[in-house]
Amino acid sequence: MKHLRKNRLAPIYAAAVTLLLFSAILGLFLGATKVGFTDIIEALFCGSTGSPQARILWYARLPRVMAGLLCGSALAVSGAVIQGVLANRLASPSIIGVNAGAGLAVTLCAAFGIVGGWRLSLFAFIGAFLTVMLVSLGAKKWGASRGTVILMGVALNALLGAVSDTVTTFVPDVSIMSSAFKVGDFSSATYIKLIPAAVVILTSLLLLNTLSNALDVLTLGEENAKGLGLNTDFTRVLFLIFAALLAGAAVSVAGLLSFVGLLVPHAVRRIATTQSRHLLPLCALFGAGFVTLCDTLARVIFAPYELPVGIIMAFLGAPFFLFILIKGKGGHSRA
Amino acid sequence: MLELSNVSAGYGKTEILRNLSIGFEKNRLTSIIGPNGCGKSTLLKAALGMIPHMQGEISIDNVNLSTLKRKAIAKQIAYLPQGRGTPDMTVEQMVLHGRFPHLSYPRQYTSRDRDIAASAMDKAGIREFALKPVYALSGGMRQSVYIAMALAQETEYILLDEPTTYLDISHQLDVMRLLRNLADDGRGIVAVMHDLPLAFQFSDMVMVMDQGRIFAHQTPGEVCESGLVEQIFGVRIRREGDTYYYKY
Repeated sequence: MKHLRKNRLAPIYAAAVTLLLFSAILGLFLGATKVGFTDIIEALFCGSTGSPQARILWYARLPRVMAGLLCGSALAVSGAVIQGVLANRLASPSIIGVNAGAGLAVTLCAAFGIVGGWRLSLFAFIGAFLTVMLVSLGAKKWGASRGTVILMGVALNALLGAVSDTVTTFVPDVSIMSSAFKVGDFSSATYIKLIPAAVVILTSLLLLNTLSNALDVLTLGEENAKGLGLNTDFTRVLFLIFAALLAGAAVSVAGLLSFVGLLVPHAVRRIATTQSRHLLPLCALFGAGFVTLCDTLARVIFAPYELPVGIIMAFLGAPFFLFILIKGKGGHSRA
Repeated sequence: MLELSNVSAGYGKTEILRNLSIGFEKNRLTSIIGPNGCGKSTLLKAALGMIPHMQGEISIDNVNLSTLKRKAIAKQIAYLPQGRGTPDMTVEQMVLHGRFPHLSYPRQYTSRDRDIAASAMDKAGIREFALKPVYALSGGMRQSVYIAMALAQETEYILLDEPTTYLDISHQLDVMRLLRNLADDGRGIVAVMHDLPLAFQFSDMVMVMDQGRIFAHQTPGEVCESGLVEQIFGVRIRREGDTYYYKY
């Protein structure tokens, strides 16, 4: 019986890893400029930055692929965690305003000249955390229903977006990046942004893995979880801190990427498992692969013009979201 | 013994339990009966340390409850709350979470935990549904899943808030028989009950509550004789041999 279930998930893990590797390699190869196999080998393994191809690889494609992998996994896992903690399958970092909170922080940072490094990650986290705590405490304090929580998110998204827009109106320097930032885009991914984000994201993912059973116990409901010895208030805040760290780091690199946090956890729950122990790692793998693939598509479909990745993902994500709504399992009987 | 001495407790500043003293022994099935809103559920929550008590002392086997952490309490008392949702997981996964208080870092279930969960499912008669999602089961079966989860917790005491409510009569009897067996195996079982004949029939002790106070804590026979049921509930309960029934 036990073996049966392990085997059932094994091909899904294999598919996830394959997708991730495939999209990473595709992302390095494809693009407006032709970069050959030998160029890649030479650049990656000899560390050469002499040729233009090698420089494209090191300073354009590799950071982009890394950004796609990191942000995809961060947003997918953040979404799965938020859905678990709020017991609301329709929640995700972009829907309840967490991304917008981080986005406002990043916009403010840009207005004050902070475009990378640890301070950017820190402020993005603070923006995300304040928003997620506001939604979560609000939901608890006013006994808001699942639908109300989503509406609170819509309101927060509008409000935070408006503040961001005000900032970009008054600080024209910031407005250059604002339209791509709003739909999510990796073209401004640089190592100075990536390194702190990578540390934050990878550490959070590792630590979350040791907490996966607590996330499931939390979904049993307040009293059951307490009866099983879980300090529910503390645990909930702890999870929201991780969700905010992940979403904040992703937004600091890629802007307001929507739908990954909703689409990937739902897809994984449907095809694989609802058990957090497997749900979280699978979300990380599929999220990374999916976003990187979308970004590569965004770069090559109309090459040499490129679309922000957010547009490609919205094309895929919006119909999926409708599918969830129509199937009607998103927030009632099973959440 | 799970003991409350001179305990007053409630929510916020509203006092619901007033200066209660009671001890629940192992090897006993105790039913708590009383009208709606008399503080039965509050008593269970106070005994579990889930709501702070304003005065008095609660102890498990002579250890003061307030010196214990949530997890340590959960290793000794299992709790079946009144609100029971249908989480999106399989029966086996849910029962396995009964082992949660026994986990230490990095909090992953071992094969021993799985074995304990399996035998808990056997006892509750739901082993055959192990791989089914909880929401696909009937109300009675779901109840058994919750009980199996409490069994997997391997505690000395189990407190149950209305374990038979919403079940058809045959499932009610199944649940009561299971609780009876658990008490006979040496555990201390305390159940809040609304069905008086069922409570009287299966319990060793019946505790009668009204308005936050304890009016009796006696054997079912003694409570039946005392006329207390009529005084509090306005119905009479009669005994004939081993069976109890309402007399209108």
